[in-house]
Amino acid sequence: MDVVYVDNNATTRVAPEVIEAMLPYFGQWFGNPSSMHTFGGTVGRKLQEAREKTAAFIGAQPEEIIFTGCGTESDSTAIHAAIASNPEKKHILTSRVEHPAVKNLFEHLSKKGYRTTFIPVDRQGRLDMEALEKSLTEDTAVVSLMWANNETGVLFPIETIAPMVRDRGIVFHTDAVQAVGKIPMDVKAAGVDMLSLSGHKIHAPKGVGALYVRKGVKYSPFLIGGHQERGRRGGTENVASIIGMGRACELAADHLKMQSERVRGLRDKLEKGLLDAVPKSMVNGDRENRLPNTTNISFEYVEGESILLMMDRLGICASSGSACTSGSLEPSHVLRAMGVPFTAAHGSIRFSLSIYNTEQEIDFIIEKLPPIIAKLREMSPFWKP
Amino acid sequence: MWEYTDKVKDHFLNPRNVGVIEDADGIGEVGSLACGDALKLTFKLDETQRIKDAKFQTFGCASAIASSSALTEMIKGLTLDEAAKVTNEDIAQYLGGLPKEKMHCSVMGRDALEKAIAYYRGEAEKKPEGRIVCECFGVTDMEIERAVRENNLQTIEDVTDYVKAGGGCGNCHDAIQEIIDAVRGKGPVPKEKPLRLTNIQKIKLIEETLDREIKPALKKDGGDIELVDVDGDRVFVKLHGTCATCAASQVTLKGYVESKLQELVLPQLVVEEVQ
Repeated sequence: MDVVYVDNNATTRVAPEVIEAMLPYFGQWFGNPSSMHTFGGTVGRKLQEAREKTAAFIGAQPEEIIFTGCGTESDSTAIHAAIASNPEKKHILTSRVEHPAVKNLFEHLSKKGYRTTFIPVDRQGRLDMEALEKSLTEDTAVVSLMWANNETGVLFPIETIAPMVRDRGIVFHTDAVQAVGKIPMDVKAAGVDMLSLSGHKIHAPKGVGALYVRKGVKYSPFLIGGHQERGRRGGTENVASIIGMGRACELAADHLKMQSERVRGLRDKLEKGLLDAVPKSMVNGDRENRLPNTTNISFEYVEGESILLMMDRLGICASSGSACTSGSLEPSHVLRAMGVPFTAAHGSIRFSLSIYNTEQEIDFIIEKLPPIIAKLREMSPFWKP
Repeated sequence: MWEYTDKVKDHFLNPRNVGVIEDADGIGEVGSLACGDALKLTFKLDETQRIKDAKFQTFGCASAIASSSALTEMIKGLTLDEAAKVTNEDIAQYLGGLPKEKMHCSVMGRDALEKAIAYYRGEAEKKPEGRIVCECFGVTDMEIERAVRENNLQTIEDVTDYVKAGGGCGNCHDAIQEIIDAVRGKGPVPKEKPLRLTNIQKIKLIEETLDREIKPALKKDGGDIELVDVDGDRVFVKLHGTCATCAASQVTLKGYVESKLQELVLPQLVVEEVQ
């Protein structure tokens, strides 16, 4: 059975070009980039190249890039660095719809005595800008807001927020894990202090991430150890994966146009096809300001896990914000923060595409999913045709 | 990804007896859209008072659909007295087991069956007995007690898996623990320090601890302490009497007051002096 993979916000296929770039560094070129000998030094130079490619992709300088183990580590490092550099400030701010990497860290810090503010969003998942501005105080150490939401793809206006926050002397961090590679990005133009990205969302392998720290921003390391990453992140580098990340950034830069045209086109086709074929279905999130690859659709009166399992039988891989799939008993915190009614939240499915998806795959989903919803609705006591 | 047995998958993908019996003898409806699962069970009796036919409609995950389907198969041919003895464990066993986190699906089946039988017998619609313990999912102490007893549940997590109680905000965890302890024959055990307190609980506990433990000790040396404010885990106090002028007041504050509050209220509390 062929797999139709439309779960690219969860993780992506490692690009063949990336694998090819990485392989020598598992075998022949196994050296430690910190070594004094030429053998290790050669590897060190490749690492530097990867740093240059990653930096160039987001408009940064190479020395502003710290390689990490994942997006979560980048987020944790950034937020800890910001509060460690501002020990007198005891207020931190984020939104109600962040990824657990930020949300749970904020809840943890709240227990440690930090005053935390979670800014609400509206029905479309748009940030309450007025509430944000009102909540910034002299005691605020850091504001951390995601660039793109992983569940809905909704974009926050980072270019507007960053100066508003920084003008008040507050550190601004953005979790851009979902946005990088899908929309054009320039950290200098956006004016952010710190930005997190993750390898495996942009066709590099799992286990590698990066943190951009603007030159001049106070920083203190999270992993303390050797002098790797110029003392800003101890631990021997994950060489092959970092080289893969550099290659993935190069490819992603070439593919940005494809994202905004072809991937967007396929996403729009899928969305329209499903909304037309399935009554009582709706898109969650602001359709105007959204990643080109993501759509989050609610099918009312049916439950998400059931939909996923029936699609799974056909090889279709997607995700759901329903309670039964979240491992808790309540539906996704993102949909609840948006005020999506329970009738719809339990039956929400996220499709996230990549450049590897084909028109045939989209047609296949549009053909196969409506009968699945119809079958489940026939079983549902709430469904009144 | 849940690990479902082949039997669960079969009953999910090929559910038996989907629908509603129009002239049903018994009707039982449980759950709600808000909770994420719901079941409507209907059955028809034959002339010998045995269940001739049973049908279901379910909104929910794969295990909820499979549990409902299994239930309709299990009760066909039974008398109502026999059907009344079907437990949630029976439903789970019929399916070759359910993931622990999904046991509430089998409980929902049993509840719908009980309601449908009560409907036929003309028993008054049973109001959920007892007092609501879990407000997020509207679960009463009686329901929790029954689940603990019938399934030999040991922990709060178990209770959440079986009847959902405690799976929302978590404010009822202490109350659930008390029910578990009571059922399991333990008397009221010394309450473990709760890890999470509401602000009001926290402030009250800090006040009590100051009055009971700390003030008497300070007063012996001619000092006193006053609670000014509590912000998150920061406790602001004012020192009076000899404490206020004592050179060792910081030692008193951190070494004694703070460690006492950390021990008796919450380990993460920080005490700060207000001048």
